[in-house]
Amino acid sequence: MAMQIHVDIVSAEGAIHSGSAAMIYAPGEMGELGIAPRHAPLITRLKPGDVRVEDEHGQMEHFYVSGGMLEVQPDVVTVLADTAIRADSIDEAKALEAKRRAEDALAGQTAEFEYAKAQAELAEAIAQLRAIEKLRKMKAS
Amino acid sequence: MAGAKEIRTKIASIKSTQKITKAMEMVATSKMRKAQERMRASRPYAEKMLQVITHLSKASPEYNHSFLAKEREVKRVGYIVVSSDRGLCGGLNANLFRKLVAQIRDDRARGIEPGFCTIGNKALGFFRRFGGRVEAQVTHLGDKPHIEDLIGTIKVMLNAYEQGEIDVIYIAYNEFVNTMTQQPTIRQLVPLKPPEGGPTGPIWDYIYEPDARLVLDNLLSRYIESLVYQAVVENGACEQAARRVAMKAATDNAGGLIDELQLVYNKARQAAITQEISEIVSGAAAV
Repeated sequence: MAMQIHVDIVSAEGAIHSGSAAMIYAPGEMGELGIAPRHAPLITRLKPGDVRVEDEHGQMEHFYVSGGMLEVQPDVVTVLADTAIRADSIDEAKALEAKRRAEDALAGQTAEFEYAKAQAELAEAIAQLRAIEKLRKMKAS
Repeated sequence: MAGAKEIRTKIASIKSTQKITKAMEMVATSKMRKAQERMRASRPYAEKMLQVITHLSKASPEYNHSFLAKEREVKRVGYIVVSSDRGLCGGLNANLFRKLVAQIRDDRARGIEPGFCTIGNKALGFFRRFGGRVEAQVTHLGDKPHIEDLIGTIKVMLNAYEQGEIDVIYIAYNEFVNTMTQQPTIRQLVPLKPPEGGPTGPIWDYIYEPDARLVLDNLLSRYIESLVYQAVVENGACEQAARRVAMKAATDNAGGLIDELQLVYNKARQAAITQEISEIVSGAAAV
């Protein structure tokens, strides 16, 4: 039997995939990674992209991750996938939004609150659009 | 005669209320099941992460992250308060707030000031009345909360912690014991309790890309997010369970009320008939 390695792909909102594989390809932060069984222990951040799992028959399975962490041990690979699009700037924007929401809510009138909510939603949409644009640029280059 | 018609309309209105509570009970039952599934689904991620963090903290003790650091002297605390968006779920939120207020009183007696981040409408409303610094809030997460919506709120707290504005972060939520019992819980989130036990087996280390510090930073903030997410999901399951129980009680009470009213109605109807007959009889006798 060919050498195999166990793969777990989990996200915070649920397990995505679990099984054995002959080879795994993942978009590491420092470059594309190919992981064969008995790989040295490694831990890295993932870029948004495709995680490919190849089974012993050469069948590929694709999983899109929007970032996350990859942990490699000699016979287990774990992908801790992000469910959200993450970038420091977006996180920061979200933090600011959460703060402003609190201020608005405490300041008070419902009408203003609704307005603030709409505004926050708009800001969120803009942040997401920005992230998507970034991703597109990264793909293009 | 005590208005047979009025009693009849009263019965009809209670009946329609009973229908609503019955429906709410059934909806809560099915939502609770789904929430429990979500609770289970989020566990492997947190467990896996804890494994990695435990290993990391043993393999590279030279780098001490502030989230893992020894507890510092506490001058200000931060609470992340998880509550439901909607009411009609018994004493679920009230119990949690009562426990929280007791702890805040203790803190204040020792000169410790609290700051809050609220998740859910009820907590926001409560602290608006109670008074307290609400640093950040998020509401309307719906039945399927996403970690994405929580990131901002958590980050506000973590930033404050890193800048030394608060010295310890607690999370307050309802723990799902079983479908009948929900336990209000306040747990320390940051600094993380150091994983117990010395190094076991041969010590080996990972290859880090790009470097250990960045990787650990990332892991820790994600781990904390996943803990908060779990608390939110668990609180959601509690909400549905509590609502189910509350609505069941309401339906039963409505049933009891209808029975009683039915009795009063029957008596009133009988009295009316008796009166009518006696009027006719006495009328006939007079002729």
